[in-house]
Amino acid sequence: MIIVNKETIAQLALQDKRLDGRGLTEYRTPIAIETNISKTAEGSVRVQIGQTIILAGLKMAIEKPYNDTPDEGGIMINAELVPLSGPQYEPGPPGKKAVELARVVDRGIREAKAIDMKKLCLVQGEKAWFITIDLVTLNDAGNLLDAAGLAALAVLKEAVFPAYEPHTGVIDYKTKTDQHLPLIKEPLPVTVYKISGQLLVDLTSQEEDAFEARLTVASDEKGILSALQKGGEAPLSIEEIDRIIDLALEKAKFLRGQLK
Amino acid sequence: MSLLTKERDIVIPGEALAEGMDYLPGENTYRESEKIYSKVLGLASITGRVLKVTSLSGPYIPRVGDKIICKVTDITFSGWRIDTNTAYSAMLNVKDATARFIRKEEDLSKILSIGDYVVAMIVNVTSQNLIDLSMKEPGMHKLLGGRIIKINTHKVPRVIGKQGSMITLIKERTQTEITVGQNGLIWLKGTPEGELKAEQAIHLVEEKSHLEGLTEKIQQFLS
Amino acid sequence: MAYKKRVDGRKVDELRPMEAKAGVIPNADGSAYFKIGNTVAYAAVYGPRELYPKFLQNPKTGIIRCFYNMMPFSGSGERIRPGGNRRSKEISLVMTNALAPVIDLSEFPNTVVDIFVELPQTDAGTRCAAISAVAIALADAGIPMKDMVSSVAVGQVDGTVVADLNYNEEAYPAIVSDIPVAMLHNSKQVTLLQMDGEISKKDLLVALEMAKIATEQVYAVQMKALKERFQ
Repeated sequence: MIIVNKETIAQLALQDKRLDGRGLTEYRTPIAIETNISKTAEGSVRVQIGQTIILAGLKMAIEKPYNDTPDEGGIMINAELVPLSGPQYEPGPPGKKAVELARVVDRGIREAKAIDMKKLCLVQGEKAWFITIDLVTLNDAGNLLDAAGLAALAVLKEAVFPAYEPHTGVIDYKTKTDQHLPLIKEPLPVTVYKISGQLLVDLTSQEEDAFEARLTVASDEKGILSALQKGGEAPLSIEEIDRIIDLALEKAKFLRGQLK
Repeated sequence: MSLLTKERDIVIPGEALAEGMDYLPGENTYRESEKIYSKVLGLASITGRVLKVTSLSGPYIPRVGDKIICKVTDITFSGWRIDTNTAYSAMLNVKDATARFIRKEEDLSKILSIGDYVVAMIVNVTSQNLIDLSMKEPGMHKLLGGRIIKINTHKVPRVIGKQGSMITLIKERTQTEITVGQNGLIWLKGTPEGELKAEQAIHLVEEKSHLEGLTEKIQQFLS
Repeated sequence: MAYKKRVDGRKVDELRPMEAKAGVIPNADGSAYFKIGNTVAYAAVYGPRELYPKFLQNPKTGIIRCFYNMMPFSGSGERIRPGGNRRSKEISLVMTNALAPVIDLSEFPNTVVDIFVELPQTDAGTRCAAISAVAIALADAGIPMKDMVSSVAVGQVDGTVVADLNYNEEAYPAIVSDIPVAMLHNSKQVTLLQMDGEISKKDLLVALEMAKIATEQVYAVQMKALKERFQ
């Protein structure tokens, strides 16, 4: 753990420097993705970026489709920033940070139409598969959002349907099929931060205390954007947004490469 | 009537260190009937008939005379409330803040304001761990710029080294000003590169301190 | 028909394979990973730290608080709704009681040591795995402890006393008892004892004798994890 005042981080950024010696647009190492860390989930991964560690688990259930989309299944993403993962977190219902994290990751996948929801439908208007991804932090050392986005995409790629008996309507969670989810795009969020007018990625917890503005950009492998979320109190110019998106697209490509 | 451990063995809580009445329980150990047991995870050591265990991890216990690095969290009528990086906050009284006289109407926040980090000395600790600090002693001051890193407090003696040898080596090779607090906070100030190198060297000491040939390893790292 | 061959082929007193590692969560003051069969527990310890609200403070000693939680995807069936329930509250309480007898926080009056457990996958024996993980994490955090606490379930399946029941045994279609036990290494005192099901007093005592040997095997894994932390 490092304690510095915000000005130190800001001054370093002006000189293209960071506390840990990284370049401004360089991710920490290692970036590690381990799959099948929970046998009880239909898919599970552990993602590590530097010292930030997050788990994702995917569960499936059969429910009645929504009235306005009777031939589609659904997806929901939830995040738990658990008190195990850092001294700043307390037991209790998810706070604003957890809710924002879950919603931004959720929008990136949902709005990209990354999953062919029609293929999740079993009986029109009656039965469809619904996917839930739970993101649970193990160690928050900064940039949870990118780690969570990476974990969510990794778990969507990894998950398989559980065995299902259409006649009885029973899901046998203990028996897994080899059928993967109908994933047709690979959206990933990348968060770009502005400090001293400079653009940085993959902030540590200490650096997160010093940013002026941030923009999370979710994009698919063709570079189509599917979610944006601005954070922080400082404004961004259109010129800055332009540069941020270029950087986010480049980094999304880099992170997607880590999944292979 | 026998020793169940050797010098520098890693022992765990509840591990039996000796049997019979030939040995005496020292620091971090206790006797129950015929045996002496460890109370912590640490390194066993035997001095004559006394068995003790040196903790490898765990909280800092404040002691009078210790120099610590800490943070101003509040200003009161009589002085400053200080976060000591332990479960206990401390008080720095107006009369102990500087060697010079402070007038009654003076604005205390001009001397130390909330969020400032200081090096201070522990001058009193009660049984309930209420701590009084002083900054009148030489070397005590407000910390400006640089970075503060946090290490396992039990590794502080190794970071300092015999007669300050380790810390001097790191200071000289990285051209960085370094102040080590007994509470595990260390202040570094130099160029960003020097600070980073010093930080990495200190973490290396922290990780490898129980291994042989530590000084050589650090010399190699810094060269 | 007595239960002769266990569902997973183990001997009656054989535990499922175990793995443990200390120091897995960098932010925590102490932490551990403990796996027994398909049950996995992560434990993190924070403290001693300031305790609020103030009326909870004890001027004679520090206290401990346990928080047990199963991750939403860790159950063998449907997703578990996050946010805790009556079961997790009860387990948090019995965990605190299982660990408190060995912990000495007299040097840290008015403080708290917070203990958090998260389970990413489960297959019976979760509270025992949680306690075994926490004991490693507490030692890793440098908390003074008079003894190690090791925990495993014993029980009886259709007349046969066995150690470390898995989910299929808990659900075996006959009379089953599941008895989570925590024991202290040196004194063999019992600090956790619960029971679900039916068993005679005679068989219970047989099961508790088996727990002595079973918790010793857990202890060996805990000890190895702690010693490896510094090698």
